[in-house]
Amino acid sequence: MPGEYHFTHKHVLGLADFSVADINLVLQTAESFKEISTRSIKKVPTLRGKTVINLFFEPSTRTRLSFEVAAKRMSADTFNISSSSSSTTKGETLIDTARNLTAMKPDCIIIRHSRSGSARLLADNIDASVINAGDGTHEHPSQGLLDLMTVKEAKGKIAGLKIAIIGDIAHSRVAHSNIIGFSKMGAQVVVGGPATLIPPGIEEMGATVSRNVIDAVDGADVVMALRIQQERQQDPLFPSLREYAGFYGVSPKVVDAAAPDAIIMHPGPINRGVELDPRVADGSRSVILEQVTNGVAVRMALIYLIMGGN
Amino acid sequence: MTASTDVILLRGGRVIDPVNGVDGVCDLLLADGRIKAVAPSGTIADLPAETKVYELAGKLVCPGFIDMHVHLREPGEEYKETIETGSRAAAAGGFTAVACMPNTKPVNDNLAVTSLILAKAALAGLARVYPVGAISKTSQGESLAEFGEMRQAGVVAVTDDGLPVNNSQLMRRALEYAGSHGLLVISHAEEMALSRNGVMNDGALATRLGLRGIPGAAEEIMVYRDLALAGYTKRPIHIAHVSTRESVSLIRRAKEKGIRVTAETAPHYFTLTEEAVDNYNTRAKMNPPLRTADDVAAICAGLHDGTLDAIATDHAPHSELEKEVEFDLAANGIIGLETAVPLALALVRQGKIDIGRLVELMSVNPAHILGVVGGSLAEGGVADVTVIDPEKKFVFKEEDIHSKSKNSPFLGSQLQGKAVLTIMGGRVTYGDGI
Ligand SMILES: [Zn+2]
Repeated sequence: MPGEYHFTHKHVLGLADFSVADINLVLQTAESFKEISTRSIKKVPTLRGKTVINLFFEPSTRTRLSFEVAAKRMSADTFNISSSSSSTTKGETLIDTARNLTAMKPDCIIIRHSRSGSARLLADNIDASVINAGDGTHEHPSQGLLDLMTVKEAKGKIAGLKIAIIGDIAHSRVAHSNIIGFSKMGAQVVVGGPATLIPPGIEEMGATVSRNVIDAVDGADVVMALRIQQERQQDPLFPSLREYAGFYGVSPKVVDAAAPDAIIMHPGPINRGVELDPRVADGSRSVILEQVTNGVAVRMALIYLIMGGN
Repeated sequence: MTASTDVILLRGGRVIDPVNGVDGVCDLLLADGRIKAVAPSGTIADLPAETKVYELAGKLVCPGFIDMHVHLREPGEEYKETIETGSRAAAAGGFTAVACMPNTKPVNDNLAVTSLILAKAALAGLARVYPVGAISKTSQGESLAEFGEMRQAGVVAVTDDGLPVNNSQLMRRALEYAGSHGLLVISHAEEMALSRNGVMNDGALATRLGLRGIPGAAEEIMVYRDLALAGYTKRPIHIAHVSTRESVSLIRRAKEKGIRVTAETAPHYFTLTEEAVDNYNTRAKMNPPLRTADDVAAICAGLHDGTLDAIATDHAPHSELEKEVEFDLAANGIIGLETAVPLALALVRQGKIDIGRLVELMSVNPAHILGVVGGSLAEGGVADVTVIDPEKKFVFKEEDIHSKSKNSPFLGSQLQGKAVLTIMGGRVTYGDGI
């Protein structure tokens, strides 16, 4: 049938590559997989005999675990290669690693790496499907999708919502995937934070910029706080965590400026009392744990879809 | 260089020799490494029997092109390029001379390295190679290298290219002391505090790719500092690889004020924009980075109006090892010797400069700035000649590259205009189907 939609991606490198139809399909698929997690036997044979490798060059227990659980629930064989045991520290390049992995005939490689573009570099040099689990400050598409899923569940829709993303936009791949994903799906994305953490041209990605946090969250349906990475402090981005928390932290007062039924999100792990006040993180509007649950469902959907299920 | 040279007659080409006000169909007789005669076509009589005649109707006959900014990698990184392969690439690209930057391993900060480069260049015999010495010992930016001894050994200029001279007092002293030894100082203008860890132009594309940007200000601040120091010391300064609109306008204003500044840009800065690095294309990664269309327009205007004096390639060979990696980790720079002529000719076709200006930018001015032979086709001068077929179309392919390295963003591009005959000191160093 002409014009019929097909999911044709071999890799998941970034939401910039995804169409609205692609995103809708992932979210629908994830919803159906989410049910599996509620069963007493949380496993289906969908990917029996398939090999999924978690190739993590940056420590991240939660994302790795989420992908591993997702693959295992579909009966794939999973292997973890972490930075401490991977060879790149011994001078082997990412391309060498890719070629060595190819020899093991994996079906899917999940990569987390500190350098932007590394997922694409791997995809260009390997036969397997590649899922980007975070590359430098570029994208973290599965996080963007699980955030879309969480918002859609809580609000029943995405189009027309106002999404406020607060904090370190410049160094956050989560922010990038969310700005791209939410704006593609018809939401209005406003980013807020100190000028040092708002990168040039972020408007071209689909966000509007508000320097003032209260203005950014004004009437917002979703308030998302981003993690401040304290290791970046060799670049003088702001004077102190104390001042940051005072001016840019998501506090109950900030939340009061949002819509009465606004939900609070954070990609984790949280610096409590810095970018997110504990009263907000643990409050009734917080959907942070729901994000974690949806993370598994979205990752199941991604692995399933790129391995040909449709 | 070899003493025995042929007698060569270049017949019927369009001779473009701005210094002597020539632009027309002429014949050129070369003998004993010199230009023996320039005369209306068909009027040179009594040719020796062994005269080699080239029929050049439709070709451009220019004074030999001089690339005043190349990296030949020898000594130390011969797997990327050697003086011989670099000289061959120069000849194939239409260059009769190159000035090689000192960031070799070891750094060319002493007469021994300078002498080695010159000895290897003479052995290759494919191009005049002018070594450029370091400003500071090992280019560490702390103390002056031995300008006097390097000058005696044969350097024509000094620079810490690849790195800026961060210490303004050292730069001031370098300008002053270089004057005592008749050396030009070349500035690699970069404020490292702003550029550190940056890998491409700062802006929306860098944000989208998640790559750290280098703002134009990182270049402009240092251009201004070096113009201020040149004005203060009343010494000439040459600004390398100008990449931004504001740098062009700073240089333009300095020239108006009488500051002795010359400047070069590279073909990639008037041909490509930052878009070339999209999809993490490491073949377009360089320092300074490719900028915006607005900067490209300003560079073209600067080439046209005389603000920029020279086109130099910043030929920077790297092996696949340095380029087949994450973008952050990839080496900076592209090879340029074999694409400069077609890229510059594109400016002529687009009406941005005329052909006479192109010859000034690629031959006349580099010779004057460096104080070296060439840049002219006057009778009695050195027989350094570049012959170009402006119509020749070709696809730039890896297997056709003479450089040892293949790191070019122009691989696979359809180019127009090519050096078809290169003559250095009366000897043919490159001929392509002619
Ligand atoms: Zn340089």
